[in-house]
Formats: sequence, C-alpha cells, structure tokens
Amino acid sequence: MKGSNASRGEIRQFWRTFSRNRLALGAAAVVGALVVLAVLAPLLARWDPHRPDTKEILMPPSTRHWFGTDQLGRDVLSRILYGSRVSLAVGFVSVGIATLIGVLLGAAAGYHGGTVDNLIMRMVDLMLVFPRFFLLLAVLALLTPSIWTIMAIIGMTGWMGVARLVRVEFLTLREREFVIWSESIGAGALRVVFRHILPNAVAPVLVAMTLGIPAAILTESGLSFLGLGVQPPYATWGNILNDGKDVLEIAWWMTLYPGLAILLTVLSYNLVGEGIRDALDPRLRQTRRAMRMGR
Amino acid sequence: MLLFALRRLVLSVPLLVGITFISFLVISLAPGGPLDFLTPEDPNASPEVRERLIREFGLDQPVYVQYWRWLTRVVRLDFGHTFLPDGKPVLTKIRERLPITLFLNIVEMLVILGLAVPVGVLSATRQYSLYDKVTTIFVFVGFATPDFWLALLLMFLFGVQLGWLPISGLRSLNWEYLSFWRQQWDFVTHLILPIGVATFGGLAGFSRYMRQSMLEVIRQDYIQTARAKGLSEQTIVGKHALRNALLPVVTVLGLSLPGLIGGSVIIESIFAIPGMGQLMVQSVFARDYPVVMGNLVIVASLTLIANLIADVAYGLVDPRIRLGGRRRR
Repeated sequence: MKGSNASRGEIRQFWRTFSRNRLALGAAAVVGALVVLAVLAPLLARWDPHRPDTKEILMPPSTRHWFGTDQLGRDVLSRILYGSRVSLAVGFVSVGIATLIGVLLGAAAGYHGGTVDNLIMRMVDLMLVFPRFFLLLAVLALLTPSIWTIMAIIGMTGWMGVARLVRVEFLTLREREFVIWSESIGAGALRVVFRHILPNAVAPVLVAMTLGIPAAILTESGLSFLGLGVQPPYATWGNILNDGKDVLEIAWWMTLYPGLAILLTVLSYNLVGEGIRDALDPRLRQTRRAMRMGR
Repeated sequence: MLLFALRRLVLSVPLLVGITFISFLVISLAPGGPLDFLTPEDPNASPEVRERLIREFGLDQPVYVQYWRWLTRVVRLDFGHTFLPDGKPVLTKIRERLPITLFLNIVEMLVILGLAVPVGVLSATRQYSLYDKVTTIFVFVGFATPDFWLALLLMFLFGVQLGWLPISGLRSLNWEYLSFWRQQWDFVTHLILPIGVATFGGLAGFSRYMRQSMLEVIRQDYIQTARAKGLSEQTIVGKHALRNALLPVVTVLGLSLPGLIGGSVIIESIFAIPGMGQLMVQSVFARDYPVVMGNLVIVASLTLIANLIADVAYGLVDPRIRLGGRRRR
C-alpha cells in the first residue's frame, strides 16, 4: 500500500463502488433527508412540541394532527420532529466522543507498543467486561440524567472498538514504514507517521462511526423509554414511546410512529455503513484479518 | 491446555480488581461522595448525628482508604443492605434473580443459534436468490427494530387484541392451582413473547455472520476438491463446509457471552420478568445505591468469568489458540 494521502483516484474509486450499490445510495439519501428534517424542525413543526393543549387530548391522526396527539394534547408529529434533533445530536456527539477517545488510545497503543500497548489493551478488556446498559444505568443512578450526561456516557462507553481498529492499523503499518522512519530525520518521522498511517486508518474508523450512530440512537431511546434518558418535557423518540405505552390500546399512533422513526433512521444508517464498508472492501478485508490476529 | 487455562485465570485477577476500581469510580459520582450510599441520607438528621455517622463509616477518610474498606467488604461478597424497607442483603436479592436472567438469556441464545445457522447456511448456498434477498431484508430490518417497540407491538397484538399469550411475568396468577403439566405449559407461554422479541434482533446479526462465514468457506479450495471427488452437494455442505464455517461463529458466540448476563435489561423491564436487569432498573429509580453497585460488580464479574470459560472453550476447539499463545496480544 502506498504510504501517501488518499489520492484523488482512490476517493473517486470509492465513490464509483459506493454509487453502484443502489441500496446504500438510497439509504444515504434517507439519512440526508433525516438530517435536513432535524435541522429544519423548528420551521417544519406546525405545533409547539412542548405546549400541552387540554382540548386536544389523545386525538387520532387527522388533517390537523397528522400523527395524532398525546395525553397532554401535544402534537405527536412535531414531537417526533424535535425528537429527531435529539437523536441526531446524541448520535453524532456520543460517536464523536467515542471516536476521539478511541483514536487517541488506539494510536498510542499501536505506536508505542510494549507496556503502553499492554496497559491500554487491559483497559479495553476491562471496559468490555461491563455490560454497556448496566454501566449506563449505574452512572445514571448517581447523576441526574440530562442530554449532556447521556451523550457523554454513551460516548465514554463506546470507544473500545475504534481503539482496537486504530491500534491494529498502527501496528501493521508501523512495521512497514519503519525503514523509512529510520532513514528520515527525527522530527520529520512523526509527521510522516501521521500523514501516512492515519489516512489508512480512516476507512475502518469511518465505518465504525457510521455504524456507531444507530447504536447510540438505539441506546438513547432505550434509556429514554425506561425513563432514564432525556427527561420530559423534552421530546425524544424513546420518551414518546414511554408515554404511549400506557395508552397503547386507545392511542396506537403514539407507539407506531416514533418506533417507525427509530426503525427508519437506524436502518438507513446501518445500510450506509455497510455500503461504505463494502466499497472499501479490499482494504477492509486486510484489516479484518489483522483484527482477528491483533484481537 | 491446563497451562493455557491457568494463564488466562491469572490474567483475570487484575481485571477483577479493575472492576472494583471502576465501580468505585462510579460510586464516587454520587452527590454526597463515595460510600455515602452505605448510609441512607436522612435529611432530618441533626448535624451531630451526621458527624457521628460520617466518622463511624469512615466517610471523612481519604479516598483510597475508603476504597480499601469497600474492597475488603466486596471480596467477602458483602455488598451491604438494600435501602428499601425490606432491608434484605444485596447479595440475597441478586441471588434470587440471577438464575432467571441466566435462564432467559441461555434459552434466547439457543433459539438464535438454532434459527441462525440454517437460515445463514441456506442464504449462503443460495446466494442472490429470492430467499437470500428476502432474508437479508428481514435481517436488516430486524437489526434496526428497537426491541422495546417490537415488544409493545407484539404485546398489543398477541396479548391484548388476540389474547393468545400472557404479557407479563413468568407465571399466571392461578399458577398454584394448575396441574403440573399445565404449570409447565403456562411457563412456556410466558416465555414466548420475551424470547421472541429478544431473538428477533439477535437473529439478524448471527444469521448474517453465519452466511458470511459460509460464503468464505465455500470458496475455499478444499470444497472444490470435494466436488471434484464427486461428493454430493449435501455431504459437502453438511459435513465439510459447515464444520469449518461454524468456527468463526463459535467465536462470535463467545463474544456474545457477556450479553448473556447483561443484555436483557429492556426485555425484563417491559415484560416484568424478575431478573437482574429489572432489578437494576428498579434500584436505579429508587436510588437504591447498594443494590445498584452490587449488581454492577457482580454482573461484571460474571461476564469476566463467562469470557474466561469462552476462552478456554476456544482453546479446546481451536488448537491454534492454545498453541500460539505468546503473541496473542
């Protein structure tokens, strides 16, 4: 593999393979649309998602309220739109945090090797021993659940996979580039490393990020559903489902639509992630094999 | 072989210590400070009483001393008593619920395996066929479906509308009055919905992985050889291909072992199944700190043990692992 930045040709090659995958392309369009909807939610929502209206409690879907209303008379569609902002934020921020931690630790482990590597891998093993949900719940028992806490702890419990990927990338490439290093001037070597190794690590990390977002969204909605996530009156998909579960028999719209929203979002991100992974395949197959060896 | 197992065992000890360390870190997030949870906060207590309690429980000591005191208790499996009125020891509460969670997750794992293997294999042997495409779609959707949502929908459909299946707990109210066989059947019907929901998502990952693994194996040279030898497709797939394709699946199975203990939180909560997951959620709501921490430590430790067992099992199954020990990390 050439130790240069991802060249124009490689990016073009990636696009060519990716666009051939119609399913992934469609999913990417859906993802884009969802982002747009989330960003424009304040403009698009017809009703205030937080304002109760006792005259319109538990109304079924109609031309006034496309997705019906909840027990406090709030418009479900508007709440779902605003909920998508929460999901998007939680998805991106927590994955961002996780990736940052993972890249830093993985790079440190792979670059230095030896004791540092050992220490960091032990930390990874340690974190992996805690079932994620239990750890999240325990922390939430002690801190007040808020959107920031949730984003932070989902991020801080999800960096392990990325760390391993990055570490493997560093380990394998370090062996190869070592000759070049020993020939170049001291300080120059570091920059060479970051210009040559990191671009190669981008591919699997990008896949991990794209697949991490739906996982974070599912986790956040699960927590909100249990009542330990983003707290009312803020609207999040899990919240709406939680409100809706008690009135399921008489207000099916409170359960159907938020669930579909989650389903659609998670599905689209997953398909895009798989598409990216397939488009980067030849390189990824190598990484996958290395992953198995480097554990 | 024994050496391998022992080595893994020894490596696990620092992890156990690490578990207690991380758990202690989590406790110290409590608003009052570490070990505050040992004494239920009584806002009516006068300052003198609080002073006395603080000194008695060593809350004024430096952090590492508090950690040590907590650690010595944990090692003896003394997690204190619950804050709830019944005042039971934490360990008792956990011990009551552990078998249920284990049972639930093991059954779920078996069902997933039982379904995923044939589905995945068939998908691989009929790649790109209609069957393959349909199952792939099904699988992706299954993966993306939030389990609590599916649970609600199925509960509504089968429990309320159709009334076919019970939707909560593990036993009906009239359980004691049923005959033995009726009791068993009652138990089974109570399990159908929770296991069904749980497997829906898990099936996705597994069958896909099985398919992937099978596809890789089929492309191998020795399969070509077997075909050249004139063996029937049935034998090739059933005997040679399958055995090799199962190996990475066993790996993934091992990776899911941690999920055996900690993965069913939502299912237990929504179906009111008295397991560890439900206990966790309840105690979090009740701010019942001793139970929360005890649960955390025990679940993590059990996961560690499960990993250990899984690793030793690989060593048995795949000789490369136990012989190639040194460079593994």
